[in-house]
Amino acid sequence: MRGSRSMNRTRISVGIRAVIALPYLWLALFFLLPFVLVLILSLGTNSPDSVPPVELGFSFNNFRRLFSDHLYVVAWLSSLRIAATSTLVTLLLGYPMAYAISRADPRRRPLLLMLVVLPFWTSFLIRIYAWMGLLAENGILNQFLRWLGFGDHSGTILGTEWAVHLGIVYAYLPFMVLPLYATLEKLDWSLLEAAADLGAKPLGAFLTVTLPLSLPGIVAGCLMVFIPAVGEFVIPDLLGGTSTLMIGKVLWDEFFTNSDWPLASAVAICLLVLLVGPITLFQRQQAKSLERR
Amino acid sequence: MIGRARFAFGVLAFGYAFLYLPILLVIAYSFNDSRLVTVWAGFSFKWWHALFHNEDMLSAAWLSLRIGLASATLSTILGLAAGYVLARVPSFVGRTLFGSLVMAPMVMPEVVMGISLLLLFVGGEQFLGGPDRGFVSIVIAHTTFSLAFVAIVVQARLADFDRSLEEAAMDLGATPWVTFRTVTLPMLMPALVSGWLLAFTLSLDDLIMTQFVSGAQSQTLPMLVYSSVRLGVDPQINVLATIVVCIAAVALIISGRLARARPAR
Amino acid sequence: MAAGPIVAIEGAEKRFGAVTAVDRVDLEIVRGELFALLGGSGCGKTTLLRMIAGFETPDSGRVLIDGEDMTGVPPHLRPVNMMFQSYALFPHMDVAANVGYGLRREGVDKGEIARRVAEALALVRLEALGARKPAQLSGGQRQRVALARAIIKRPKLLLLDEPLAALDRKLREGTRFELVRLQEQLGLTFVIVTHDQEEAMSMASRLAVMNAGRIVQTGTPHDLYERPRSRFVADFIGVANILATGQGKWLALRPEKIALSAERPATPHALNGRIVDIAYEGGRSLYRVAVEGDRVMQVTSANVVRARSSAWSRGQQVWLGWSDDAGQPLDE
Repeated sequence: MRGSRSMNRTRISVGIRAVIALPYLWLALFFLLPFVLVLILSLGTNSPDSVPPVELGFSFNNFRRLFSDHLYVVAWLSSLRIAATSTLVTLLLGYPMAYAISRADPRRRPLLLMLVVLPFWTSFLIRIYAWMGLLAENGILNQFLRWLGFGDHSGTILGTEWAVHLGIVYAYLPFMVLPLYATLEKLDWSLLEAAADLGAKPLGAFLTVTLPLSLPGIVAGCLMVFIPAVGEFVIPDLLGGTSTLMIGKVLWDEFFTNSDWPLASAVAICLLVLLVGPITLFQRQQAKSLERR
Repeated sequence: MIGRARFAFGVLAFGYAFLYLPILLVIAYSFNDSRLVTVWAGFSFKWWHALFHNEDMLSAAWLSLRIGLASATLSTILGLAAGYVLARVPSFVGRTLFGSLVMAPMVMPEVVMGISLLLLFVGGEQFLGGPDRGFVSIVIAHTTFSLAFVAIVVQARLADFDRSLEEAAMDLGATPWVTFRTVTLPMLMPALVSGWLLAFTLSLDDLIMTQFVSGAQSQTLPMLVYSSVRLGVDPQINVLATIVVCIAAVALIISGRLARARPAR
Repeated sequence: MAAGPIVAIEGAEKRFGAVTAVDRVDLEIVRGELFALLGGSGCGKTTLLRMIAGFETPDSGRVLIDGEDMTGVPPHLRPVNMMFQSYALFPHMDVAANVGYGLRREGVDKGEIARRVAEALALVRLEALGARKPAQLSGGQRQRVALARAIIKRPKLLLLDEPLAALDRKLREGTRFELVRLQEQLGLTFVIVTHDQEEAMSMASRLAVMNAGRIVQTGTPHDLYERPRSRFVADFIGVANILATGQGKWLALRPEKIALSAERPATPHALNGRIVDIAYEGGRSLYRVAVEGDRVMQVTSANVVRARSSAWSRGQQVWLGWSDDAGQPLDE
């Protein structure tokens, strides 16, 4: 009975109305309305001579182009592929890390966790830049490989899809570890003892108890990596070079290099459509985890 | 059990090395005498000296700082309101839309938010004659993006705390506003401070939205860094990175202290 | 001051979705009494208390406090204070600031607040702890701070939501007497919500038993124990043997009203049976006796002889006897 509060439901005072209205209006004006504009513009045509370079209209030509031109289709598919594989690698690295932190001495945990979070507070751009120096042709990694005796291996990682994967894993690792840690930390370890007591081997206990119970964290972590990775621009731009096509970079180039605003808008719409599924899943999960508190 | 834990701690150590080696190398090379990152030519402060005499860099940093202060403050106010509504007002017309609107910027690709906000500002210029693209448009963009993060922190904190504290205040004669001021707000303070810091960091760091909505005249620090690193490795950027890492560490330690100083429930 | 009840609830009803938490409740609470609302979890007692405090508005019906209609008046304007089950002490304020919170809201001047805070803390014997934070107090001390905070404004009515539930057993018993002493000393009306029938019986001058949103019976503890009006109340308070007497009527018979004997007793009612279980409780033992028709009757008997743990042994054939006025006839 205590859980159900009806007070606010029946009377919403003027003060509360103002508190609702303030962020509501802000988001309607600066978040919702802009999307409507993107939608309108995506149906227009490019007109390089006018300012802004757009002619409004109602045609699906931009979308038709996106689906017929090989370049865009490849960009779409490789965005999804790169995001998916990087997410998987991040999970494989992040899960043992979160597991180890959750099993560490409780007094040490805040420090261990802080070490994971700290890079997130430093500049994203600078962290990616750090890899440029490492991966360059004469960079430290290649020098190290040469020193190890792979001297004749003259290939460079910078400018390949490998570098993009590396960059995504590096940049988004904290987003994977944090939700995983949150679920693993709450896990009742006596369940594992119970499983062992009932005859489960350590691996069996892990697969039948720990893994299923940490599934919410796995899903949340994967979505938090996958969603931004699909639309990533900085990483493919700085680490991927010209050979890597990703949708975020295509949008950027259409907008800044080709000044084709309607086509860039259409790319934005497609990117959103691509992400509607994962985003809805993510929001539903967030709502559920807040309820569970 | 032991074997699995040992494996996990091994991966943890590898993970930390993976996270920090690149950063440490950047810091080390900020003291390198050579222009190349490939050669260590001896210890030198010359890039530090160059950075602090780089007028473009300083004015970009000053602009970023001002934008960060303004947008962090605005998004803390708006995020407090949004988080409060999400946690405490169970139903009103448009509640579902409100919830999605608050959270959506968190998961929206930045390129999409960037282009859409630019279109809004261009439209504003066409039909209303303003605001000018620059400080104001960048602050608006950053605020829209980071208020979600503040709202989440506030909502989580409110969901955590005992509702009967507010009821007790009202029971003792406090009006809803006084209850908010004397009980809810003090309890939320640590969340607000860490929300503000997060919003400030996000603003200082943002490149993509800023690049879209900034006008011709304004160049923030990330924009300058981006245009410089596109051309290759620049030792002054190493110096900048070192400073950023130190500031981030201090900010994180402060917000960690605040989290621990949180009053017991 | 108006005569009449301090609280009058008239036809109050409250629904949460499909659940009716409070179902057409009428209740009057007399000035100066210690009234208890007793019931299991989810019976609506807390909702009813929150209605008096102003945290819930009834869907229909009225709440009158001291003759004034308070339905729909927000909590901060009601002459009522509440002690919360969780105590709800403000963690960011020290004990003195917690206790003085209500007076500060009224704009009482500082010296007066300090004086009255000291007085309230003395009343609950916490004079020395004014500067501590709630986190630095024991459970019992917190409970007393919450109490001091709730009585400092001398409310017309003090509502206590499970005031003893968070204390351990030993402390609970002492605190019961303390609460009753305080209530008499201050002359306030207390309304206590509890699920613990022993607590309600030992403290309250009157109590109401609630079930499924309704008040099923109101009366003194003695009334409710000896003259329950329904099988629910007879069963909820203490232990009762309920015997069907035909035509939808029953008889509630308390275990201690039945005498055990080896020979057929001369009482108007007697049954023969066999002892199937004995629970030794120290001062007395509870016997479960199987009688004809597969029924089991519960009988208690005082253990007056030190040498033996109980007067009867398991498997023994015994007679149960009781007088005409030993039981309470029930219609429902």
